[in-house]
Amino acid sequence: MRHPKSLLFIALALCAGASFFTGGINPYYYDILITIGINIILAVSLNLVTGYTGQFSLGHAGFMAVGAYSSAWITLTFGFVLGTSLPAAGSVYLLALFGGGLAAAAAGLLVGVPSLRLRGDYLAIVTLGFSEIIKGVIQNAEPLGAQRGLGGMVQHTNFFWTYAIVALSIYGILTLVHSTYGSGFLAVRDDEIAAESMGINTTKYKVLAFVIGAFMAGVAGGLYAHFKQFIHPEGFNFLKSVDIVVMVILGGMGSTAGVCLAAVILTILPEFLRTVSDYTWLPGPVRDLAENRMILYSLLLIILMLTRPQGLFGKLHFIRSKKS
Amino acid sequence: MSLLEVSNTTMQFGGLKCVNDLTFRMEENELVGLIGPNGAGKTTVFNLVTGVYRQTAGTIRFQGKSVSGHRPYKITGRGIARTFQNIRLFGSLSVFDNVRTACNMHLRHGISHALFRGRGFHEEEDEIGKSVMELLEIFGLAAMRDRPGNSLPYGDQRRLEIVRALATRPKLLLLDEPAAGMNSSEKERLMQLIRFTKEKFRLSILLVEHDMKVVMGICERIIVLDYGSKIAEGPPEEIRHNPQVIAAYLGKEAA
Repeated sequence: MRHPKSLLFIALALCAGASFFTGGINPYYYDILITIGINIILAVSLNLVTGYTGQFSLGHAGFMAVGAYSSAWITLTFGFVLGTSLPAAGSVYLLALFGGGLAAAAAGLLVGVPSLRLRGDYLAIVTLGFSEIIKGVIQNAEPLGAQRGLGGMVQHTNFFWTYAIVALSIYGILTLVHSTYGSGFLAVRDDEIAAESMGINTTKYKVLAFVIGAFMAGVAGGLYAHFKQFIHPEGFNFLKSVDIVVMVILGGMGSTAGVCLAAVILTILPEFLRTVSDYTWLPGPVRDLAENRMILYSLLLIILMLTRPQGLFGKLHFIRSKKS
Repeated sequence: MSLLEVSNTTMQFGGLKCVNDLTFRMEENELVGLIGPNGAGKTTVFNLVTGVYRQTAGTIRFQGKSVSGHRPYKITGRGIARTFQNIRLFGSLSVFDNVRTACNMHLRHGISHALFRGRGFHEEEDEIGKSVMELLEIFGLAAMRDRPGNSLPYGDQRRLEIVRALATRPKLLLLDEPAAGMNSSEKERLMQLIRFTKEKFRLSILLVEHDMKVVMGICERIIVLDYGSKIAEGPPEEIRHNPQVIAAYLGKEAA
């Protein structure tokens, strides 16, 4: 990883190139494609908090909600301040994504502070509570649509922006954890007391992990809001947080490659299972089981966790930074 | 001015005085042993000096400035490093990364530097990598650089802990029972290693150890604790024949 920056530029160029071919794509597949991108950002950012820094968080959907609602509010309020042309509205959209990220980062700072005193299950419960509070506030905030949800955003999110941000997120996380500066995150995860006595400010690193993770989740929320064009508090509930946690655990804590792969698999799998019951060549019982696709989905997760408890790529991070 | 001055320090947990009115000094480039029967308060002294606990009374000064009330990472930054009685390596990190992590506090640049990898980033990382490899080579761990910390044999883990502590560039090194669980030939090598470390890096070492052969063999001065109080201090020969020390270890009758 001597030249991660050039890899990033190649990735961005590929995104731009590929975005020319997404126009004629079947809307259903396009939807899945964008959802995969958003889920990768969410999973990769939670991986910084949980996988690399070891702070178990069950509130990632809360940060996503903050980002989604903040950015939607920004584009709905200021969307055409700079004019109605596409570049003008598009730059407001990018600013809104950034603003959504900042708002989520501020929320991350708030949650990061209790993480200094709590660990493990206790921290998980606090983060869970926090995301429920966020949901509760939104459900009662009339300007944000309350229980009716918030709609009317222009669909700015496209293939290019989604995957450009995916590339930026992966780049950011990888460069961070592979640098000497970022080794502080891993040290906090492995042994907090030892980290502190090696001169590492564990407070700073834990809060930083929450702030960066929340920022990325907020941006992902902004992408989501401007793709679906309608957001509802229930879309950011506990189950969404669990989904992201499952991606991190399945992919392998602290393995960015594994987590990305898990995000892809876990987004496609439930959609794929929808179609299994149509395959007439499959034996009857399998098709019947596939009718209840969530049961099959859970079953597959259980089998995966039994056979690979460390996650798909769980061992990979032992051989990192051969040459930083 | 002494390197470390512990004056009239008391540490009380509820009604239990783990350290009682303890006073001692350490000079530069000195190898001091801290011994005492189980539960005498040796590790508590370490935790006080490194800022894990805050003393209930007394002062602890390092290079003339008080260390009380500072977070452990700040105290490490001022030049006190330690190892742990029960090894605390970063188990999943490679040997190389374990040591590299200890260089974290010497970084000249912050997070933006790590993210954007601007000018000077690779120079600094290479510099760190080189100094880490130098340390690993000195202590014979270079061949294991990519192995995860917790996969090393026990003796190597102890050694790696010392290397990691040295990477923070300390002026005072606290070793908490480095010989625990070692056989006699390993102990012999450890003694050489401690002596070598002290001369090579020109630092002071405070050694907590149960093994009398190790302590008597390398320490220039020994401080004996019993029930949190200092009962004797002096060169090894003197301590060996001190009736109070013998009484503390073997009981009154033997003395």
